[in-house]
Amino acid sequence: MTKQLNPNKKLDIEEIMQNLESYHPRRKGWTWRETPTDGVDMGPFHYQDMSVPLKNSIGLPASKYFDFIDPQPACVVTTEIASGRFEDDIRRMRMAAWHGADHLMVIRTTGQSHIDGLMEGTPEGVGGVPITRKQIRASRKACDMIEDEVGRPINFHSYVSGVAGPEVAVLFAEEGINGAHQDPQYNVLYRNVNMYRSFVDAAEAKKVMAGADIFQIDGAHNANATAKAGWLVMPELMVQHGLNCAFSVAVGMKKELIGLSTVPPNSPPAPKLWYDLPYAVALRDFFSDYKMRAQQNTRYIEADIEEAIRTHTIDTLISMLTSADIQSTITPDEGRNVPWHYNNIRGVQTVKQTWAALDGIKELLNLNKQGPLGEMVRDLKERAICFLEEVIEAGGYFAAVEKGFFVDSAKYPDRNGDGIARDGKGGVGADTIIERDPDYMAPVCDHFGQNHLPSGLQKPCDLIDGCTLCKPEKIVFIDELDPADSVNARLEKTLPYRKGGLIRPEAEWAGDGVVLTQFVVPETEEVAREAAVEIARKMGLEDPQVVNLMVLQAAEGCFVEVKGKVQFDIKKADLKIPPKEIMLPEEEIRAAIKSVGLKVVAGTVGEDEHSVGLREILDIKHGGIEKYGAKYHYLGTSVPLGKLVDAAIETGSHAILISTIISHNDIHRTQMRKLAELCQEKGIRDKIILIAGGTQVTRDMAAETGLDATFGRGTKGIQVVDAIVKKLKARGAV
Amino acid sequence: MTDSRIERFEKRREELKNMSDEELKTLFWQLCDQAVAPIVDLAKTHTSPSIERSVLLRMGIDSISSHGVVDRIYEAGLLGKGAGHVVLKLAQKNGTDVRAAAAAILENKDVLNGLF
Repeated sequence: MTKQLNPNKKLDIEEIMQNLESYHPRRKGWTWRETPTDGVDMGPFHYQDMSVPLKNSIGLPASKYFDFIDPQPACVVTTEIASGRFEDDIRRMRMAAWHGADHLMVIRTTGQSHIDGLMEGTPEGVGGVPITRKQIRASRKACDMIEDEVGRPINFHSYVSGVAGPEVAVLFAEEGINGAHQDPQYNVLYRNVNMYRSFVDAAEAKKVMAGADIFQIDGAHNANATAKAGWLVMPELMVQHGLNCAFSVAVGMKKELIGLSTVPPNSPPAPKLWYDLPYAVALRDFFSDYKMRAQQNTRYIEADIEEAIRTHTIDTLISMLTSADIQSTITPDEGRNVPWHYNNIRGVQTVKQTWAALDGIKELLNLNKQGPLGEMVRDLKERAICFLEEVIEAGGYFAAVEKGFFVDSAKYPDRNGDGIARDGKGGVGADTIIERDPDYMAPVCDHFGQNHLPSGLQKPCDLIDGCTLCKPEKIVFIDELDPADSVNARLEKTLPYRKGGLIRPEAEWAGDGVVLTQFVVPETEEVAREAAVEIARKMGLEDPQVVNLMVLQAAEGCFVEVKGKVQFDIKKADLKIPPKEIMLPEEEIRAAIKSVGLKVVAGTVGEDEHSVGLREILDIKHGGIEKYGAKYHYLGTSVPLGKLVDAAIETGSHAILISTIISHNDIHRTQMRKLAELCQEKGIRDKIILIAGGTQVTRDMAAETGLDATFGRGTKGIQVVDAIVKKLKARGAV
Repeated sequence: MTDSRIERFEKRREELKNMSDEELKTLFWQLCDQAVAPIVDLAKTHTSPSIERSVLLRMGIDSISSHGVVDRIYEAGLLGKGAGHVVLKLAQKNGTDVRAAAAAILENKDVLNGLF
């Protein structure tokens, strides 16, 4: 049984780490979202292209204006997690799941693809986590709890590449990993793994993945992240996708569990749509039997988070104009640091917001394939075919790689001669493949290729009375190899911040102290950069670094973002948290208002023409006090205080409501104090209830200014009548 | 880039113009299948240390032992038989389970002599 989480309590990491040796995944394989064919109704809206909503989730910021609805896109939504400590990764997974991610991709630590074998234990990673059995078990166990909490299955994902691909694939199949990257071309081109070794290993790895229904994503998109002009390598990208798909199917994978990792290759200020749309259409035409994992562009992301988010919004638009089975998100800070957890959430929000805004776009708009779009699509397809024909003429795939056909930055058939050429005799793991003897045998399931098993077996593993894929109890769990570099050692250090009542800000890990400050320095770029570091240092930040600088104007100044660390702790017990106001039941409020015949006078005071906030507090239309039976006299804007008090006396009102928006030099405080004094002078202070509201007003100003209640931003009418009724009760008037 | 490559491309593209989108798609997949066929054959007839370690893992042998066992079998020139095959054969010969056979190989690689 999976333990039920309490949404108001942190994950108990220590508890998750218990009994891992006997944990086994409760299901295997990939899960798509449930998408009703006739759409989804939420609040006042009908959505065409959404999945079943979550049981527990956090909507977009604006959802509070829409009854807190949180529409969930039809596609699976990915977030990539790479903190280096899995015990913090799982906290981030929970955050992402609450915002709508259901494909959690864990990046490996730097260099793991060159490690010849499996890693064990829980050492700390760099730019990702060491993928080990213990790390996977703890994470998958946490995902089980999180998926129960949000009410939707979570696909847990990592990478089957490098020189230990088959072993990693077995580990993933045993431990219930749901999706994985696997593309032998990636190893060859970007990791310099020997080409023969890479493909021979890949066949075995893919067969094992197929046996566990693990969804496969390829690595072709790396070409447009690597080539100098990403938008020119599109014909080659189609070839890379095609080769991995054809190879995967040939070794036993189902087409519906093969995904293309595809990125809209261009980015503004380029006319993005003229490149990305034809490419997206051509790809979906040729690969109609396969799934599309639409990734967002990383090639041109640098330090500016807002720029990244704008590009990603357009990338998501392209997915919606064409199709996406999985929409991946990129943390918008990827270009400036190892992604921080709150930026995972921003990435997910970008997709959620775009998808809701453009829901059902294909019912409203059609792509015009008669014009230039059709011509460009056709052009890409023809170039891809010619590329493939040249590969075959050159002597096949391996020969083509040796000749540098791939990742050349020119548009095929042009060549810049900067492609990545690899020597068949070289690379990591060169000369390590061995021909199978005529009596070669492997007595296990999901093994690829020639296997001379004795006849009469029902399963290959009958010879050994079951393999680990059939009998999970046979899996050997290795706990830790180096206790000094392990999760327990780290948990001990972060304990005060997780369970000990100390607070420190964080961006990656519990207690890391990382903060980001933003400000404008009215100097040139060179001066601003140095000044910013000094400013941050004086603010008390340790190791300050400028992570982004935007020139506002060469001489006038720069917007600068500086990260650094704070070294102090806050004690939770020392904080004074204002108690939550407990509201009277609505029926009781209505009854009290009716019995006294509640009347109020209201107006915006000072030299102030704002009226929207106060109207929302008053009008029935906005759920104002009128809705609960109160009568009001609204005197307008820029009303003198004296006029309000006189009107209250004349009409026999129970309360005066003032609104004060524009405030310089504490004018709002002065106005509030004056109102109390005026009522005192007129001798009505103990009969009348005085309430003020405004953007700069806070709840604790009432005592200080002599009013009965004060309210800030986001106040609703019911809170105001609640305060009035409570005061009436205290005075014995109801 | 050579002129003849570009010329051949232009010529070939003229031929492709006569094909429908559907025919183009079929051709694309035929070419992909053709390109990967020899690689699939290579994979069917070859193995690697990682593949063999993955077989031992599936036989219930831990990752650290698998590494050493495959190295010993490789050094003895027996990896072409399949590491699982070797371990199983030794287990049958010694009347032990496969884990004990793997441990025996780690302890003394001479146990592999004369096994085949």
